[in-house]
Amino acid sequence: MDIFLQQLINGLTLGSIYALVALGYTMVYGILGLINFAHGEVVMIGALSSLTIIRLLADSGLPGPVVVLIGLVFAVVVCMALGFTIERVAYRPLRNAPRLAPLITAIGVSIVLQQLAMLIWGRSYHSVPELLPADRHEIFGASYTEIQVIIVVVAAVTMAGLMLLVSRTRLGRAMRATAENPAIAGLMGVDANRIISLTFIIGSGLAALAGVLISANYGIAHYNMGFILGLKAFTAAVLGGIGNLAGAMVGGVLLGVIEALGAGYIGDLSGGIFGSAYQDVFAFFVLITVLVFRPSGLMGEKVSERA
Amino acid sequence: MGLIAVALAIAPLVIGASLGNAWVRVLDFAALYIMLALGLNIVVGFAGLLDLGYIAFYAVGAYLYALLASPHFGLHWPIWAVLPLGALVAGMFGILLGAPTLRLRGDYLAIVTLGFGEIIRIFLNNLNAPINITNGPKGIARIDPIMLFGHQLSKPVDIGGFSISGVMLYYYVFVIMALAVVFVGIRLQDSRIGRAWVAIREDEVAAKACGINTRNVKLLAFAMGASFGGIAGGLFASFQEFVSPESFGLMESIMVLCMVVLGGMGHIPGVILGGLMLTILPEAFRQGAGPVQHAMFGKVLLDPEALRMLLFGLALIAVMLYRPAGLWPEPRHRRELGR
Repeated sequence: MDIFLQQLINGLTLGSIYALVALGYTMVYGILGLINFAHGEVVMIGALSSLTIIRLLADSGLPGPVVVLIGLVFAVVVCMALGFTIERVAYRPLRNAPRLAPLITAIGVSIVLQQLAMLIWGRSYHSVPELLPADRHEIFGASYTEIQVIIVVVAAVTMAGLMLLVSRTRLGRAMRATAENPAIAGLMGVDANRIISLTFIIGSGLAALAGVLISANYGIAHYNMGFILGLKAFTAAVLGGIGNLAGAMVGGVLLGVIEALGAGYIGDLSGGIFGSAYQDVFAFFVLITVLVFRPSGLMGEKVSERA
Repeated sequence: MGLIAVALAIAPLVIGASLGNAWVRVLDFAALYIMLALGLNIVVGFAGLLDLGYIAFYAVGAYLYALLASPHFGLHWPIWAVLPLGALVAGMFGILLGAPTLRLRGDYLAIVTLGFGEIIRIFLNNLNAPINITNGPKGIARIDPIMLFGHQLSKPVDIGGFSISGVMLYYYVFVIMALAVVFVGIRLQDSRIGRAWVAIREDEVAAKACGINTRNVKLLAFAMGASFGGIAGGLFASFQEFVSPESFGLMESIMVLCMVVLGGMGHIPGVILGGLMLTILPEAFRQGAGPVQHAMFGKVLLDPEALRMLLFGLALIAVMLYRPAGLWPEPRHRRELGR
């Protein structure tokens, strides 16, 4: 029971970060029908750029959480600018090109960002200073840290805010209209280009937040951290039904929990044949199973083939 | 035709004499990658199914040969028996992956194939316990080289006092195999199946209405593409005499996909061009970047490896922005885009 609870807590923490990243994928996909492969690298840039500021200010005498907050704001600004630029340079000119062309530029952007990060921050793993409260607490035989609580709460509040933004505001309505049909939305007076830019900016801001949270969770940041995280988050978005905001959140949390429980139990379940090295297999296996039985994801709408 | 044949025949001799055997090795890899790219071209270019885990089939072919022809299990099967088997097994893996996933929409298919590629790699990495099958991350070494007319291809051969090195012998074998793959590709493209693939790529609903069994034809594309990958994998294992999971990462799948898309999807000469460029140019850069920086600034400012990848990424973006259909697209496609 305590292993179950422990893995559940770890899975929830990881899952809420996946959910934040998955939102970025799903929003872009919903509007452009494009897999933004570079999104994982934006998370990485967010983590590393906040780390730079945090390190600068770590000895300034400011209280820890304030330093992290300043680092976060800096990272959000950097990533928003980055997201805006990526869309302008790599995706907008290709909006009417063959379907694979923007996918290849996305891969190109991803490689460029990774190599730039390597040139700027080097190949080494950076440890993140412990500035947030990290005390352990016990609950029913499992332990959780305050950082984990902060991560889950911050992610939940942010996602609630995003839901409100999309469902209640004028901007959100324009976003939904553009996702439905950009041409018709344009006829209704929605500036689709502006909305698409804003979508990238919001998604990248969420990515920056996710980057700061995940580096606080693991205490480590690295130029190579974005790719696999992006992959998992995209998996989460597909799991929930890509293009669907609530789906991305559910998919993210679910994937985190499945992964953590899988890693915790796979050894016992398979009689020691498979170890926790198979954690990633588990995530993909779940994805394939879900897609086979529910091809449009858990919460996705059924889309019929357009003739 | 004759000119191309002569050029292909003397290329390794000229390059070996002027640039050294390392460059002949690059040509060997170029031939391997062209085979891979042509295999993926069947899936992505002809049938329009986005496969991001193609390298898994290459891995299957390579490990099959490694297991059947190395001291690891003490088996030493001849490569000419293993290659068809590798094609068959890889094709079966293709069907195994395709059967449950082919009714998914394009982008879902992409992520599932990507996951499949990772799953294969993780299994290769971890199947050293409890029974040691793949030898884990350490990989399998001392794989048998190709035997041809009783001669080990990795050893040089003397013809009339003229020594031809092992890499050159491999070059000739690989080029002949690659030409065979090109031939099969062209014949497939013009066949009834090839036309069915293109019909599915252009409009699946219309293709179905014309009486094409889309599910079976798509499965066939997957299996065919996979078997090309399996053959290339077997050749790769015999050439390297060593395989490890590291050679079959996601980046490799992406590289092969880039060859197909950069060259010109669905257009065989374009894909060959893409394969050649993406093997030769990065290699030239790897060797050139250090000395050039040294000559310009007096020291090496930027890590050549990082710089190489950086330029690769920028080149991908630039080519797609200016030539979205690839460098050498199919003429029919170009007409459609020109509208």
